[in-house]
Amino acid sequence: MLFLPVILPLAAIVLLLFTYRMKRLQQWISIISMSAITVQAVMIMNRVVLDGPFAAQAGGWPAPFGITFTADLLSAILLLATGVLSLIVTVYSIGFMDDTRKTAGFWILIHGLVTGVNGSFLTGDIFNLYVWFEVMLISSFVLVTLGAERKQLHGAIKYVVLNLIGSVIFLTAIGLMYGQTGTLNMADLALRLRESEHTGLINSSLMLFFIAFGIKAAVFPFYFWLPASYPTPPVAITAFFAGTLTKVGVYVILRFYNLFVVTDLATWQIIVMIVAGVTMVSGVLMAASSYDIRKILSFHIISQIGYMIMGVGIATVLGLAGAIYFIVHNMLSKTATFLAAGLIYKYLGSYDLKALGWIYKDYPLLAFLFLLPALSLAGIPPTPGFFGKFFLIYGGFQAGAWTITIVAILVSIITLFSMVKIWNEAIWKKIPDESAARQKNPLPLTSLWATIVMAGLIIALGLLTGYLSGYFLEAGRQLMDVDLYIRTVLH
Amino acid sequence: MLTLLAVIIGFLYASSIYMFLRRSIVKLVLGIVFLSHATNLLLFVTGGLRSGEPAFTAEDGTVDLAAVSDPLPQALILTAIVIGLGITAFSLVLVYRFHQETGTVDLDEMAEQDKP
Amino acid sequence: MRSEILKIAALHLKPLLLSLSLILLIRGHNEPGGGFVGGLMAGTAYVLYGMAFGAEKTRQLCMVKPFLLIGLGLLFALVSGLLALLLTGGAIMEGIWFSIPVYGDFAFKLGSPLLFDSGVYLLVAGMLMLVMLSIMEEG
Repeated sequence: MLFLPVILPLAAIVLLLFTYRMKRLQQWISIISMSAITVQAVMIMNRVVLDGPFAAQAGGWPAPFGITFTADLLSAILLLATGVLSLIVTVYSIGFMDDTRKTAGFWILIHGLVTGVNGSFLTGDIFNLYVWFEVMLISSFVLVTLGAERKQLHGAIKYVVLNLIGSVIFLTAIGLMYGQTGTLNMADLALRLRESEHTGLINSSLMLFFIAFGIKAAVFPFYFWLPASYPTPPVAITAFFAGTLTKVGVYVILRFYNLFVVTDLATWQIIVMIVAGVTMVSGVLMAASSYDIRKILSFHIISQIGYMIMGVGIATVLGLAGAIYFIVHNMLSKTATFLAAGLIYKYLGSYDLKALGWIYKDYPLLAFLFLLPALSLAGIPPTPGFFGKFFLIYGGFQAGAWTITIVAILVSIITLFSMVKIWNEAIWKKIPDESAARQKNPLPLTSLWATIVMAGLIIALGLLTGYLSGYFLEAGRQLMDVDLYIRTVLH
Repeated sequence: MLTLLAVIIGFLYASSIYMFLRRSIVKLVLGIVFLSHATNLLLFVTGGLRSGEPAFTAEDGTVDLAAVSDPLPQALILTAIVIGLGITAFSLVLVYRFHQETGTVDLDEMAEQDKP
Repeated sequence: MRSEILKIAALHLKPLLLSLSLILLIRGHNEPGGGFVGGLMAGTAYVLYGMAFGAEKTRQLCMVKPFLLIGLGLLFALVSGLLALLLTGGAIMEGIWFSIPVYGDFAFKLGSPLLFDSGVYLLVAGMLMLVMLSIMEEG
């Protein structure tokens, strides 16, 4: 049952390949398979909540030898969030994507992406993780270039090359790790690293891992591919990338940091904190100086990644729970802002803030659909963004990490500033050129409803935080409890 | 043998980085190819070098751990090579389309063209 | 201008390459070879044909669309992974082996790895044809 989140999208890909160019049928297959994936994620979540973490072995091989799939609460939460997200983006894309891209394999690729993401969340084997990363990356490479517009190709080259370098560094780190310990199973590796004496070699391969995942997650010195490539493809694709790809990087950093960092804890903590702080600040400053909605939102992704990494660095249950909550909140809010930006584009035909305006008067619902996730990103109560930052900042003060916490608070003020900038320019401002009769296009209904559901989810997550916080704290606890993970996999 | 391989791996890494620093994206793709070859060789070395020892057990089922070589790195390299093939094919098509669209393989020249 | 020599060579090499690719696929069971190399070789046969006669003719020749080949390959691989689960209730991706006695001691041994390898064969061949043919048509 633990393999189904990977098998279902693969089976959907087979069906989609056989029904190639049958547009309507492909849409229905996609919706049904994404719903099935979501239901499957709910079932895994249910089992983890009731019985605790569990594992499954591929091919019937016992744990350290075969490929292990493990689900603890963190994996289950992210799996569920990915399922819901991909369902919503699928529905959104039906109205949003143009026919050329739809028939050029968009549905197949989006299922490929989901396969890779689900596999990365579940696997308990570092080489298998590499394989899922590649599944995810190759799908995303083609999605970035789908349609092959000039701008897209330009952004795609940077995206492809930097991510490939990241993958190769990841593979190098796997090789070094295997050479020292002779195992690839994550639980077994955690066990052996504790007893190992070659701390220098371990730290160097861990640093390679950190760089590789840093490139995927877009943290400070490695994020340059993100603002170059994310604004170029159609916004439905960007929304899906924003919700899943970088979050997988963060998830892996969370997992690896807790399992494998066994020596020089203080130094690692300082490195992670510095990276987190600089990521936050540089992302938000670049966002404040941009004038294209998609660019602003892309820079915000970077800044928000900084918050999640900060949770990793705090390394208390509260900090980790905050990071996990923040990932879920960001998956929803970030995707929702992109979806709303896409609707604005459909409506007025531009992403440039200088050309937009007056949406508040013309289409109040659209204004609200953008405002809600934007406020959530800035962290205004009672949106989930507020609670995410609250957990992190509270955890940071409790752990005595003053500097990073104060940086986090300052950054959220600048975030508010740049969200207000979009609000002022795109939604409140009078049209720059009053005389020009602007063409207003009707919005595709599926896209509109998908965005409304997304907004509903954000409100629900914010209002239900009191009920849900127990799960997130438990997820943080399970993540810190390395022995529990080892026991789950090896016995 | 190990020393020779180490030198080759180092050389491959160095040349791939040199290729990355060139301006042409064709050379960028070549750099990626070198980089993945270097990593595959590195994986190969991590399993330990034993010449002429296959990764199989004896006919009667006994296993002499000193005499068999580790089969896992070879399986890993195989996987990595297959993935590398797909990625190289994709990046070559990407460069080809890029050249078709812009008439250049130089990133700086491309940026020049886009300036208003 | 396409060379006549290449045309004749491609015409005669194609069946040879295809049969060799099948041999490679089956040989992969116990010796070097397998679906990946075999698939590459089968794809190459059609690419060579395409170089000599053009992409249009190649598409007519192979009848099956590359997308269908990829889908079929993925289906084979998926089914081979689920076979144990469906037939014996074993773990996912567990190997299943049949032995069909032919004559006396000689038996024909079949296993789910062969199914998986055939899937890889089809997928790689289809992928190669898809990529190469679309480049040829544009260039």
